[in-house]
Amino acid sequence: MLAWTIYVSFLGAFAARMAPSKLAARILALLTALAGLALSLTALVQWQPGNLVTVADVSWIPQLGISYHLAADGISLTLLLLTGIAATAGILFSWNINQRTQEFFAFYLVLIGGVYGVFLSFDLFLLFVFYEIAIIPKYFLIAIWGSVPRDAAPGQQGSQREYAAMKLALYSFGGSALVLAGMVAAWVLSGSVTGTHTLDLQTLAGIAFPAHFQMWAFPLVFLGFAVLAGMWPFHTWAPTGHAAAPTAASMLLAGVVMKLGAYGCLRVAMMLFPAGLNAWGFHILGFGSWRDVIAVLALIGIVYGASVALVQRDFKFVIGYSSVSHMGFVLLGLMTLTRIGLDGAVLQMFSHGIIAGLLFAVVGRMVYDRAHTRQLSELSPMRLAHVIPFAAVTFVLAAMASIGMPGFSGFVAEFQIIVGAWRTLPWMAAVAGVGILIGIAFTWRALTTVFFGERAAHAAADHDHTLPPVTLPEKCGAILLLAATLVVGLYPAILTRLILPSLNSPLFQGLRNGAWR
Amino acid sequence: MNPLTASVSYSELLRLTWPEIALTLAGILVLALDLTVLRRTTLAARLRAGVGIACAGCIAAIFLLGYSDPFASLPAGMFVMTPLTHVVQTALLALAIFTLLLSFSIRFTSHVGEYCALLLFATVAMMFLVATQNLLLIFVALEFLSLSLYILTGFDKHSRQSAEAALKYFLFGAMSAGFLLFGMSLLYGLSGSIELPKIAAALSGPSQDPLLWVAIVMVAVGFGFKIAAAPFHLWAPDAYQGAPTVSAGFLASSSKVASFFIFAQVVVLGLSPAAGGGAFRAWAPGWVPTLILIAALSMVVGNLAALAQTSLRRLLAYSAIGHAGYMLLGIIAHSPRGLSALLYYVITYALAVVGAFGILGALESEGIDRIADLAGLSRRAPGLALCLLIFLLSLAGIPPLSGFFAKFYIFSAALASEPHFGLLWLILLAVAMSAVSLYYYLRVLKAAYVAPAPKDLPKLRTAAATRLTLWVLAALVVLLGCAPSLLLNSLGIR
Repeated sequence: MLAWTIYVSFLGAFAARMAPSKLAARILALLTALAGLALSLTALVQWQPGNLVTVADVSWIPQLGISYHLAADGISLTLLLLTGIAATAGILFSWNINQRTQEFFAFYLVLIGGVYGVFLSFDLFLLFVFYEIAIIPKYFLIAIWGSVPRDAAPGQQGSQREYAAMKLALYSFGGSALVLAGMVAAWVLSGSVTGTHTLDLQTLAGIAFPAHFQMWAFPLVFLGFAVLAGMWPFHTWAPTGHAAAPTAASMLLAGVVMKLGAYGCLRVAMMLFPAGLNAWGFHILGFGSWRDVIAVLALIGIVYGASVALVQRDFKFVIGYSSVSHMGFVLLGLMTLTRIGLDGAVLQMFSHGIIAGLLFAVVGRMVYDRAHTRQLSELSPMRLAHVIPFAAVTFVLAAMASIGMPGFSGFVAEFQIIVGAWRTLPWMAAVAGVGILIGIAFTWRALTTVFFGERAAHAAADHDHTLPPVTLPEKCGAILLLAATLVVGLYPAILTRLILPSLNSPLFQGLRNGAWR
Repeated sequence: MNPLTASVSYSELLRLTWPEIALTLAGILVLALDLTVLRRTTLAARLRAGVGIACAGCIAAIFLLGYSDPFASLPAGMFVMTPLTHVVQTALLALAIFTLLLSFSIRFTSHVGEYCALLLFATVAMMFLVATQNLLLIFVALEFLSLSLYILTGFDKHSRQSAEAALKYFLFGAMSAGFLLFGMSLLYGLSGSIELPKIAAALSGPSQDPLLWVAIVMVAVGFGFKIAAAPFHLWAPDAYQGAPTVSAGFLASSSKVASFFIFAQVVVLGLSPAAGGGAFRAWAPGWVPTLILIAALSMVVGNLAALAQTSLRRLLAYSAIGHAGYMLLGIIAHSPRGLSALLYYVITYALAVVGAFGILGALESEGIDRIADLAGLSRRAPGLALCLLIFLLSLAGIPPLSGFFAKFYIFSAALASEPHFGLLWLILLAVAMSAVSLYYYLRVLKAAYVAPAPKDLPKLRTAAATRLTLWVLAALVVLLGCAPSLLLNSLGIR
């Protein structure tokens, strides 16, 4: 049943491309996304703790031992739910796409189908196939429908978004090239260790690969995926890509695509090559293992992303850099190697997916499409809180969720990560705390300047700008996302009951045997 | 026994070569009809008749091939059929049919009969080339093929570029034939045989003659020209750009398939004792390190030079050089898996390249050659643009298209060939270069999909046969990518 999330998305993409009118394409796309959401919700409700639901397992390329193996554990289900919510909201927020509408939704749904596929794949080859399927639509979504700041020179508007799109595509493809190398090596080695070649994740997770192999395969594959998770210093595609993308694409990029990278880090790199996290046995500049290196890079991402966001002049770049900071928490959570830290990391993937989607929706759709500027200095005199109060309320709530206010999902996630870090990497927990403080600062700055700015001295005192009111699809999308972050924030067990048993499953045995604390 | 005068039963020869005979007869028939009966009819009618007869000949040959014995052979390795040669010959015939169908709308020549006949003769040469393990016959068939290709390259008599391309191709080709012949003569001198398995048996002594290394280098140079691998690639960009589009497509696809197959046969079968090793820290002289050098150079030169191209054909030519580097990995693996990976790669590559050149041919009438000229293609011809997307993404190695599985398969075969991941550095280089290649393929697609059309150009019209052929090719590229087992089964890997 769950496999239909993939098929429905691809079929929906075809249907949207062939749709006779723009409205039909929009409705078809919305129905497709809702179907995906409904399917993942159903699976989530039916899930028995600790189970690995096998959706499909048929031989695909028997000559190479590759199978079409779709399965889902609690971690996959959490992210499938995120994909369903983000996809639906993204379509609601792109209701106003009028240029080449059918093609837009076709590319959009192919991307969604690829994302569902990655989260469901339990064969490394299959996972990689879906992972790459998601790259090309991203390129076209940004290059064709991207938004550009108004102050760009007329001739450069196209080139700016093409630059961002190409950068994003090349970073993604470069990262996946590393993964491909690791995958080929795993395939070769699986043949010499077990006698038959296989890329099945369940089987591979049970193989104890030689430690020296894991020592170089782990960083290779982890880095390959971490590029897409926005790990510093390979994050530079993220802010430019987010800023240049159309609203729905930024929502998906930050909301779901960056999670593909983080998910790959956990599901492939850490699950298959856990010994890569062990100590090297020597120290270079104080680093004693890949774990130290990655944790420090994650920490730099947290603080650096937040600090850069603090000085941005472009509203969208503020949110773009905040994504780098929040994804740093995911990577830090993974590196804590504690149950609570990993739980927090997966929860943060979900939480950031929702919150970043919401923030980008406000910035890109509610504000930019109306005010036609993203410059904080130009937005400030517009006093948007009076002009589009719905956007202001949404942004205030999203900002609260983003800075980790209790009651929202961001709090539960980041709290668990900090607790996990406190147990194993205490001084890092302290630095991450500083990162949260800077996060509050940049969010506060953006909030006050954009929505509650000073009335410009020369502006007429009695009338505000009039902007088109917030439309119904936007309200539905915002409410959907807000509801998701609130529900998880108030009752986190709804997701932790999925995640924790999965971390205890045999799949992660290698990780628990090794460096787990 | 003198190896050159092994006795051959002519009835046996006749029985085994029915497909080739059928093709030759079709070629002669096309020539004769075009010069006599069809002389006074229109060009379009002559094209229809010529292409029709030639296609019929190819289809007949495919059927005859299907009924022939897949394990037949003639003495002295002159004619050896295996299930693999069967697959390769069928692929060559299929590629010939696609090329013929794409030439329905050619306008560059009025010599239709000669054109179709040459395509058929070149295919005959390739069919002999892949079905022999005899150095002498390999050379004869290779020269027969090359002569046909030289003429096909220079077939556009009104274009100076075409003549220049043909001359360049001819000069380089003739020189490479010299190298190859010299290498082969050394091999014969060293082993006393011109049969590949016997050469291998004779060479498998404890010590090896230094002349053998000379022979290996000569053979590698000779075949390096044929497959357009760096540093012997200089003819390729000019030939691809100057030749008539259909010929260029044929040159880039069919002749690649045949040359790679026979190159693999010569070194894997004939020189197996002199393989050597190219593993990191376990280097041993032989043809493997030689080919590793050529492969690495081709990947780097081809992919980096392609970044700077503005002409679509030159871009495809440089990308072909890069792909030759990847394909060499299949030979470097020198295992059954490596050979099947090579064949899967080269066949799916040929399908995508024929398709890409077919699109260029369809756009030729609009004067489109530069990448920037493609602007607005997705609105002027959505079908053509989609096909271009499929072909180029397959070349870039994006799943689920066949180019991706080909890369995965050939990389794994090469990595598995040396213990302890000895070739990991080469695979990492290949993977990195493949990431580079996405950039230039995306540049083309960007022009086709993203760039706005310069002015309101009308919808593009393409001939029905061209459209149909392109759709079939695109469907094959997708199908073989989604279900590689279809082809792998016949490539002898279980």
